[in-house]
Amino acid sequence: MLDRIGAASLEDLFDEIPESLRITSLPGVPDALPEMDVARLAGTRASADGRPLNFIGAGAYEHHIPAPVWALVTRGEIYSAYTPYQAEASQGTLQIMYEYQSMIAGLTAMDVSNASLYDGASALAEACLMAVRAHRRSKSARVLVPATVNPTWRRVAGVMTEGQGLRMETLPYDAATGRLDPASLARLAGEDVTAIVVQQPNFFGQLEDVDAVMRWARANGALVVAAVNPVALALIAPPGEWGDGGADIAVGDAQPFGVPLSSGGPYVGFMACRMEHVRQMPGRIAGRTVDTEGKPGFTLTLQAREQHIRRAKATSNICTNQGLLMSAATIHLALLGPAGLERVARACVARTAELVSALTRLPGVKSAFTGPRFHEAVIRLERPVAPVLEALAAAGIVGGCDIGGDYPELGHALLVCATETRTQADIGTYARALGSVLGRAAAQEA
Amino acid sequence: MSQTPADLRYTKSHEWLRTLPDGTIEIGITDHAQQALGDLVFVEVPEAGRHLAAGDACAVVESVKAASDVYSPVAGEVTAGNPRLATEPELINRDPYGDGWIMRVKPAGGTATETLDAAAYEGVAAAGG
Repeated sequence: MLDRIGAASLEDLFDEIPESLRITSLPGVPDALPEMDVARLAGTRASADGRPLNFIGAGAYEHHIPAPVWALVTRGEIYSAYTPYQAEASQGTLQIMYEYQSMIAGLTAMDVSNASLYDGASALAEACLMAVRAHRRSKSARVLVPATVNPTWRRVAGVMTEGQGLRMETLPYDAATGRLDPASLARLAGEDVTAIVVQQPNFFGQLEDVDAVMRWARANGALVVAAVNPVALALIAPPGEWGDGGADIAVGDAQPFGVPLSSGGPYVGFMACRMEHVRQMPGRIAGRTVDTEGKPGFTLTLQAREQHIRRAKATSNICTNQGLLMSAATIHLALLGPAGLERVARACVARTAELVSALTRLPGVKSAFTGPRFHEAVIRLERPVAPVLEALAAAGIVGGCDIGGDYPELGHALLVCATETRTQADIGTYARALGSVLGRAAAQEA
Repeated sequence: MSQTPADLRYTKSHEWLRTLPDGTIEIGITDHAQQALGDLVFVEVPEAGRHLAAGDACAVVESVKAASDVYSPVAGEVTAGNPRLATEPELINRDPYGDGWIMRVKPAGGTATETLDAAAYEGVAAAGG
């Protein structure tokens, strides 16, 4: 093959890639192995995770996945990662996309959804870029992002947008409520701001005053990008119904619907928007139509936004969707139905309230913020979080996310989460283990 | 066979220009261009007040099979985008030199893109440009 394309060697073929960008070995990944050895190695690595009792959320959430979800998704007719080329030949795939879009549009109360993006973090980045394209009167390309938005998502969005002239500015939060500080918005009144992002519930699990953000945005001519947890939407106002006409773009991660944690991915991002912005939306959209004989069918629509037609001026370099996981989310939601989803969401709220109350009964453990929350909470310890988490891990408990690195002002802060998968007994186990870890540490100091 | 009215000026990128009595310049895309694009489904027109340099991409015409930028042949300020195109993009297919106009620009002087007369533009269109 090298002969055919006129390269003398593999080195010669890759010579335009700078030496500094080349990877010669992958740490922890062995050279080629026979299948039997690969299976054995993968099994060993997988079992190293164990089956810990999990109280960590921070963007990825453990939910019960009904058995039919993956039994159906892995059927040959559906089991593909991509939107197929000549998509209309795969009417079943397009119909799942169409149903998925209908569900996301319904959940978010937005006009139109795309057929999914890679994950929540990249969906946020795409939403910021989309807002800058859509808001033609604003010249600043300034996007306000509260510090209460998931820090990992903010980092991903920063990397994806920094080369494209977009200016992201972080807004502070209120130390008592853990919500966006309204005074920081008031100070920016009258300035040219293209868009503001608000996460609901926010990274700390607190519920933001989204109507106040909407009011400020409408008064100051900024678009609103809503980053939402889709499970929470069963209980709280969806972005399309937020004050002053609703958000312009809604994004999030649909991982809570049928997608296992899988050590961090792949997940599935969703994006929906108001109809007036649809031509600036990245990604694919499946539409329902009729064929030449008048029979109903599905088709990819609005493709002139996309890379294969629009080339360099496409809305995004994304030219597929997260097909497999989108299918899992669709089937999961179809099985739950609106009432089932609401039961899941209510159980999450109840379990998290029980968790916070059990943990804060321990000496030296306090809740960091007041006010309503969904299924996560920040608690404060009186000693460094990392060794406490290590001791809990030794007892088979993943005790939460150490957020002191991203929020040093919070001190020894731990973000905890309880979904419907945690029982009262699990919560009791965690509280007893934390009590004994903290007690041992205090005794060692005494 | 496409129409190329003799009283207009043209660009190699398939825009036409008409100087209105008040000195503003009306701009659209040619009959040849609309035929090549096919049925238009969406047109994005610039907002009044926008300042353009000659050669700026200032509008987008989208058909079921393609999307193209429209370039302003002159520098100046947009005085109007055709509001009817938001709901009736097919006006460009039906009447590219009349109801299908895209925008009006108050020229600011300075360099303009080279324009052609009808005969020269027909040459460009016939050559597949």
